[in-house]
Amino acid sequence: MHPLVASDAVSLRMMLDNREVSATEITQAHLDRIAETDQHVSAFIRTLDQSALDHAGDIDRRLSAGSRVGALAGLPLALKDILCTKGVETTCGSRMLQHYRPPYDATVVRKLREADAIVVGKANMDEFAMGSSCENSAFFPTRNPWDLERVPGGSSGGSVAAVAANNVPLGIGTDTGGSVRQPAALCGVVGVKPTYGLVSRFGLIAFASSLDQVGPIARTVGDAAELLEAIAGHDPRDATSIPTEAPDLHSALEAGVEGLRVGVVREFMGEGMADGVRQVVTAAIDRFAALGAEVVDVSLPHAGYGVSAYYLIAPSECSSNLSRYDGVRYGLRVDGETTEQMMASTREAGFGREVKRRIMIGTYALSAGYYDAYYAQAQRVRTLIIRDYEAAYAGCDVLVSPTSPTTAFKLGERAADPLAMYLSDVYTIPSNLAGAPALSLPVGLDHDGLPVGLQLMAPVLGEPVLFRAARALERELAIDSTPRGPGSLAQVAA
Amino acid sequence: MSLSTDDVRHVARLARLALSDQEVESLRGELSDILAYADKISEIAAADVPPTSHAYPLRNVYRDDIPQPSLPADEATAAAPQAEEGRFRVPRIVEEP
Repeated sequence: MHPLVASDAVSLRMMLDNREVSATEITQAHLDRIAETDQHVSAFIRTLDQSALDHAGDIDRRLSAGSRVGALAGLPLALKDILCTKGVETTCGSRMLQHYRPPYDATVVRKLREADAIVVGKANMDEFAMGSSCENSAFFPTRNPWDLERVPGGSSGGSVAAVAANNVPLGIGTDTGGSVRQPAALCGVVGVKPTYGLVSRFGLIAFASSLDQVGPIARTVGDAAELLEAIAGHDPRDATSIPTEAPDLHSALEAGVEGLRVGVVREFMGEGMADGVRQVVTAAIDRFAALGAEVVDVSLPHAGYGVSAYYLIAPSECSSNLSRYDGVRYGLRVDGETTEQMMASTREAGFGREVKRRIMIGTYALSAGYYDAYYAQAQRVRTLIIRDYEAAYAGCDVLVSPTSPTTAFKLGERAADPLAMYLSDVYTIPSNLAGAPALSLPVGLDHDGLPVGLQLMAPVLGEPVLFRAARALERELAIDSTPRGPGSLAQVAA
Repeated sequence: MSLSTDDVRHVARLARLALSDQEVESLRGELSDILAYADKISEIAAADVPPTSHAYPLRNVYRDDIPQPSLPADEATAAAPQAEEGRFRVPRIVEEP
C-alpha cells in the first residue's frame, strides 16, 4: 500500500504544510488506490477524478503563492450520495433520483469546499438511507473490506468502506438510527453521530427530519474531530440548526479520562449480543478503569422500547418527506393517463422494496384513527427515553455500550427478514431519539477476525467529552485498523 | 396486529403507490409483523407524558427579512421530467366543462 493512502488525515495535512507532498500527489495516490481496489469493494457510485485533481491543483497553486488554504486542504473525502452537489448527480441510492442534478450545494458540501477537502467521489448507500447493510442500494451492494463476502453495514456503507479500504482518509455519512455508527463498527473505523442540530441539514435529502444528522467518518478520533469542526455550526437555512459555534474538540482531546465517570448501560449488555462482541467490549470497558476512569452501572429503563418507537417515528416522517417524489419537479416520471396514475406508477417504478415498506408503515401510522396510538404514543416514549438519559447523566459523564449486537453479517443473510435487519440498530437508535451525540470506536477483533465497535455516548452538545474519552481509549488500545485476514481486501489487493 | 389485503390497498392508495397483487400480499405479512413489534410501545402508560417532536427545543426561529436572490425559474425547472416556459408540465388535472 502506498504510504500516502496508509496515512491519517492529520499527518497528511502536516506533510502538506511542510511542503513534503503536494495536494495533487495526495489526491492522485488515493485515486490510484480507488482504481485498484474499488472493483472489489464497490464503495463509490461515481468518482469525480477530474474535479478532484482540479481542486488539488488549485490548492497547490495557492500554497505556492503563499495564499490561504482551508483546514482540510488536500484531504480526499468520500461523500455519501445523499448530500446535494450542484450540477453533479445525487442519487440517494435510488432509481427515483438516478439522473438528478441538484441546482445547489448542501451547506455541508459548501463548508467542505471552503475547507478545501477534496471530494473524490459520491459513496454508495442504502436507498434513501433506509437499511443497515448497503444491500438496499438500487445499483449494487458494497462489500466489507475485512471480508468481501460480508456487508459493510449501512446505510452509510459506501463512505465507511471507502475509509476502511484506505481509499480516502475521510468520509461523510448520515445517521438517522445508526447509519454512521453501525457501519463504522462493522468496518473497524471511527464514526460519529453529532448532536442533532449541530450540523446543517440544508441540502441533505430528507428521510426522517427530526432524527437525520450528518456525521464524520475517519480511521482516527483526531481525524474525525477535524472533520466535525469543519462541518459544524449554525446555518440560517436550517431552522432546526442550533445557534452555536462549532465545538472546540482539540483543546481537551488529549486530556485523558482520569476521574471521568463512565456509565455502562445495563440494558445494552443483555441478551441478543454475540459472545465475541461481549468479550471485546467488556475488555475495552475494563481498560477505561485501568486508565483511571470510574466505571459505573447505569440503567436506561425505556431504551428497550427505542426500536419500536423509532419504527413508527422514522417511517411516519419518511412517508411525509418522500411524498415529494411525485414525478413533477425532479426525478423519475412514468407516464399515466391521469396525474394520480402518473404519480402512483412513478413511485412504483422509482422506489425499492424497503422504501415502499417504510412509506406504507408511516402512511398507516399517520392515517385516520391510528395517529394517537402510534405516532403520538411513540413521541411520548421518546420523551421517556430522553428523561432516562438525563437521569443517567446526573451520575455519569459518558455512557458506553456495544455499537452493534453482532459483527458484519454475510450478504443476503438478513435480506428476507426486515425485522432482524432493524434490530441491528437496537443500541444506536436511542441516541437519535434523544438528539444526543454518540461515537463508534474500533476496540478489537472477534474470534473470526472481524471488527467490534464500542459506542460512546454523551449529553446534548457533549462532543468535547465524547471525543476526549474516545481518544483516551484509542491511544490505550492502539488498534491496527488495516483490513486483513482470509477473505479480506488485503488478499486481493496489496 | 394483522392487516387485510384491503387495508394494504387502502394505505397504498393514500401513499400513491401502485402495487402488484404479489407486493400487496408480501407487504400484508411484513407490515403486520413490523406493526406488531412496534405496538410494544402500547405497554407503556404514558398518557400524562408530553410528546417530543424535536429533541432540541427551538421555538419561533426568526430571521431578518432581507431580500436575497432566489433560484431562477429556469434553473428550478431544469431537473423536471417535463417543463415548459419555466413551469412544470403535468397530465390534465381539471376536466373540460
